Formats: sequence, C-alpha cells, structure tokens
Amino acid sequence: MKRYGMHIDIDRCNGCGACMVACAVENNIPPVAGADDRKGITPLRVYQIDNGEAYPNRRTAFIPMLCQQCGNETPCAHVCPQQAVDVDPETGIVGQMAERCLGCRYCMAACPYHARYFNWWDPKWPAGMEAALNPDVAPRQRGVVEKCNFCHGRRHAAMEKAAAAGKREIDPADYVPACAEACPSGAIRFVDLNAQAAPADSFRLLERLDTDPKIFYRSKKDWVKRNG
Amino acid sequence: MDKFLIARGLKRCSTGRFLLWVGPWFALLLFGLYAAGLCLVKGLNQTNMDNRFAFGLWIFLDLTVIALGAGAFFTGFLLYILKLDDLRAVINSAVIIGLTAYSGAVAVLAVDVGQPLRAWFTFWYPNVHSMLTEVTFCITCYLIVLAIEYVPIVLKNRRLKEVPSLLVFEFQLHKLMYVLAGVGTFLSFFHQGSLGGLYGVLRGRPFAFREGLFIWPSTFFLFILSAAAVGPSFVLLTTWLVEKITKKQLVRTEVLQLLGRISGLLLSVYVLAKTVDTLVWINRTSPHAGFPAAQFYGWKPFGIEILFAEIVLFGLLPAAILLMPRLRARRGLLVTAAALACCGVTLNRFVQTVQTLALPTLPFDKFLSYTPSWQEVGTFLAVVAYGVLVYSFSFRYLNVFPEERALKVQPAAPQEEEEPAYAGR
Repeated sequence: MKRYGMHIDIDRCNGCGACMVACAVENNIPPVAGADDRKGITPLRVYQIDNGEAYPNRRTAFIPMLCQQCGNETPCAHVCPQQAVDVDPETGIVGQMAERCLGCRYCMAACPYHARYFNWWDPKWPAGMEAALNPDVAPRQRGVVEKCNFCHGRRHAAMEKAAAAGKREIDPADYVPACAEACPSGAIRFVDLNAQAAPADSFRLLERLDTDPKIFYRSKKDWVKRNG
Repeated sequence: MDKFLIARGLKRCSTGRFLLWVGPWFALLLFGLYAAGLCLVKGLNQTNMDNRFAFGLWIFLDLTVIALGAGAFFTGFLLYILKLDDLRAVINSAVIIGLTAYSGAVAVLAVDVGQPLRAWFTFWYPNVHSMLTEVTFCITCYLIVLAIEYVPIVLKNRRLKEVPSLLVFEFQLHKLMYVLAGVGTFLSFFHQGSLGGLYGVLRGRPFAFREGLFIWPSTFFLFILSAAAVGPSFVLLTTWLVEKITKKQLVRTEVLQLLGRISGLLLSVYVLAKTVDTLVWINRTSPHAGFPAAQFYGWKPFGIEILFAEIVLFGLLPAAILLMPRLRARRGLLVTAAALACCGVTLNRFVQTVQTLALPTLPFDKFLSYTPSWQEVGTFLAVVAYGVLVYSFSFRYLNVFPEERALKVQPAAPQEEEEPAYAGR
C-alpha cells in the first residue's frame, strides 16, 4: 500500500517553470492560441507570491501548485455526479476519467486549490508536432476536466517493467513524475509518504479545511509559511 | 383566422396583433438559439467562463428560474393536498410557468456542460454522494411530472375537446392530479434542496459552506423555503403582468391576495431561518474553518450591503407587506412586495453562485471578476423568450385562467379598495 505525495521546498524553487513545461510535454497538453492564464491547461502551475512590502524589503517566492491529492472526503470526488473522479486506495492518487467526464465543472468549483482545468478547445497540434506526442498518455477531448494525476503514464510504464521482471512492486526509481524529474534545483521531490514522512517543519496549503492534502511544502521564511 | 382554436367565451386579440407580440420574442429566441448553437458546435470557449469561474451566468439563471418556477409544485401542493380550492384559478398558470422554467433550465444545462451527450452517464454511473446527482434525478423526474400536468391543460383546447378519446384521456388524467401533486412536491422538495446543497457542501468554498442538519447542509432547507416562498409570488406577479398586458381581469382579487399571504408567511419563516443561518455561519462555521466572515465582505462590490439587501430589503420588507392585510389589500403594494421577494431569491442565487466563485480561498489568490459573453447572454435571453412564447401561446389557445370567462361578465374589480372581509383570513 502506497501513499504517494510530494515534498516541495519553496526556498529552493526559483520559478524557472521547467516543471510546468515538463508536465505539459509529458501529458500531451496542446498549445492553444486563445488560451490565457485563466483558460489554459496547467496541471502544475507556479504561483509567485511576495511579502507585501515595498522595495528594498520586498521578497518573492514561488509556490508550485498542483492537485493536492486530497485524502479526506476528497472534495472533487465527492461532488462528481457520475464517478469520473476516483481515489485509488492502493496509491492515494486522485484520478480523473476523462472518458466519463460530463464537463459539468462542479469538481472545479469544489477544488479549493484551483488545480482542475477544463478543455475549452479541441486538442490540436501544429503539423509535425504530433510525432512528439507521448504515446503513454491519451489526449483529452474538448469539454472535459483534467488535472495532475502524478503522471499515470509513467506509473503504468513502471508497473509493466516490474511485471516483466516478475516483481509485484515497482522500483521507486522507475516512477518519478515529470515535474519532479525536471526540477533543476531539486525543489520537488516525489515520495511515498508511508515510507518517507514529511519533515516536521513542513506545512500543507489550506490544511484547516481538513481535506488531508498530500503535498507538503517547506520554507524557513515565516511570511511564506503564513500562506499555508 | 385562428378563432376556431380559441376557447368559447374568451376574447383574444386579433391574429395580426398576436403575431406582432410574438414576432420579437421569436426573433430573440432565434438569436439565442444561434448563440447556444455556437457554444455547442465550437465549444465553451465561446463563453467568458474559465478555469476559475467554472460556473457563470447560466448556473445563476438555472438556480433562479427553478426557484421562481417553484410555484408549480407549491400551488399544486396547496390545492390538491391542502385543499386550498381558491388556487384552482391559478394552477394552470403555475404549471405553465413551472414547465417553461424547468425545461428552459434543463436546456441551458445541456449547453453548459462540456459533453452533453454523456448526460445519461449520471443515470448509469450515479455518485450517490453528489448533490448534482440528486438534482439531475429529481429535475428529470419532475420535468416529466410537469409535462404530464400540462397535458390536460392542452387537451382542454376547443378543437382537441372535440375528439372523444382525448376527452376521456383528459378526464382520466385529472384523476391522477392528486398523485402527481404529491409526487411533484416530493421531487421538488429534494431538487430545490439539492440545488442549495450544491454549494453548501463545498468545504473548499468557505463562503458558501454550511454545516449540516442530518446529511444536508443548512442551505438545503433554505433553498426549499425560499423557493416555496417566492413561487406563489412569481405566480402572482405573472398573473398581474398578464392582466396588465391583456387588459383583462383573469382571477379574483382575493386569489392574488391569498397567494401574497402564503408567500408572506413562508418568506417570514425563510427570513428568520436565513438570519439564524447567517449568524451561525458568521460566528461558528466560517471562523472554525479559519476564515473570519468579515473578510468575505471586504471585496468590493460584494460588501455587507448585499447581505442587508438579501435579508431586509428583499426579505423582511416584502414579508411584512404581504403579511399585513391592510397593506396587501393595495394592489400596488401587493405586486411590489411580490416583485421584491422575487428579486430577493434572484440575489440569493447570485450570491451563492457568482459571489462564491469570485472570492479567493488561497491566501495568495486574487479576487476575480467575470462578465458573460454575448453568447452566454444570448442563450439566457433564449430561455426568457421561450418562456414568454410558451405562455403566450398557452394563454391564447388554452383556458389558462378558469375564472376568466365568469369574471368577464362581471364589472372589473376596483384597483384600490377598502380592506375586504377576507383579507385577514
């Protein structure tokens, strides 16, 4: 039994956006001309925050925000009218079945982290770019909701590799989501929370809502911690 | 030209004049259908909704028209179950309002979802924990009930009455009305409540989240109460409007006053419940979730005045007018109070849907604004035009107000009159 989650060190994140690019490439997110910061699909999104003070005391930080994989009465799974959202009891990963999604967006209204995205346009890629698509991840059609699923394509590939080797458990080294792999500063670490508990000084976003999120953030700065 | 379709003894305007009336509404309907068609063909990128404002004008419209259309179930309940026989004068009108409101809302929902062809999935893979599942099941069933309730009204058409088998069918359907009224009340109770629960269960939206009574959040009960309160007000308002447009007296004054009295009674209960709920939310629910309620009213233009308008201006004031026999005996005040009550429920649904999504939850998030696109407004207008058209055709060709014929031969009641004996009944 796994309980996948992440440890994200905010003090290490320099806002380069490599994780966002890696996520988009891994998950076959199409480039859309009309998409902006409110209609684009960014299953992982880096927010810039500041301490609210003026120069020269102004300080900024970056918070990589993705589905927090809530474990307690998962808000999105709870409200989906046709069970298109499920929580895998084996891993704790909150999955989204695009093929069953009605596109009612109730889950988006329910998510306190705004980590769910709607496909406002038909997925289209410039000529020739289809060749670069990830064959392990099916593109989603227009009118459905999607979100971070800890790169389920990579998990399936790791499971196949383990099965081929006659193993029941996957090797942790074989399953690392694209964002964690791409992060140049090592700010994002993908972990099995059952094997590697979060550091004592870490915090979770909106923990007081009691949704048991599985993304743990760390920072030594008090003004950053206050954003939890 | 169409006189053979108009009920005997009823006077209706000329065909030309009727066409002049419905023409602009048809034009509006066509415009709206074009706008809705664009959303269906090109996708919801035609709207100004986005990943943060996932719901917009359409959900607000759905919640509002379903509340206003509640007169259908509540009038049916009062007439068939509680035997308030005076309401027979407006039951047909209430059914037509309900049918157009619910069918319009369902049509807009079909445009609002990204994959409308998958709507049946909700019946095949229902999530019993979701309020939306409850809403979908109850609204679908209730729409069928409303359609069956509408059939006898249609079958009363002068030409259709000439077909003996249809006459028998209509007679048999009438026997079913008591059962349908009961079923309709049961279904409406749940879907009005579930619509309130839609937002009330959202822990991630502390502005809307409410604690529960049994398995439902308090908004479940508030929505039932508010819909039952404004349903009769909207029937009253519509009847008054039709009387003004057609320059005819369609129901006895005491029927309108009875509607007003029922509305006032329920509205006062609603205002009391809403006040208690708000106080519990301000002092307990919201602070316990780590969100002082005052912070939600710091975002302009959604200040505390909205709460005041909802409870006092559009709640307490119309309730007081409708409950006082002297005041509601004045036609102007009666209609104004009914209109205020309808505005109140509209504002409440706006607050529940649009304001909730505009307010930030994450500490580093921003306050959001949203303006609907012309396609969204067009689709909204199509529902309004559809409602007006169905009502107009029904009024012209069907005997919507059973008392109209009898009232025609009596002198019209004076607009302002002394307090009648029944006013305090």
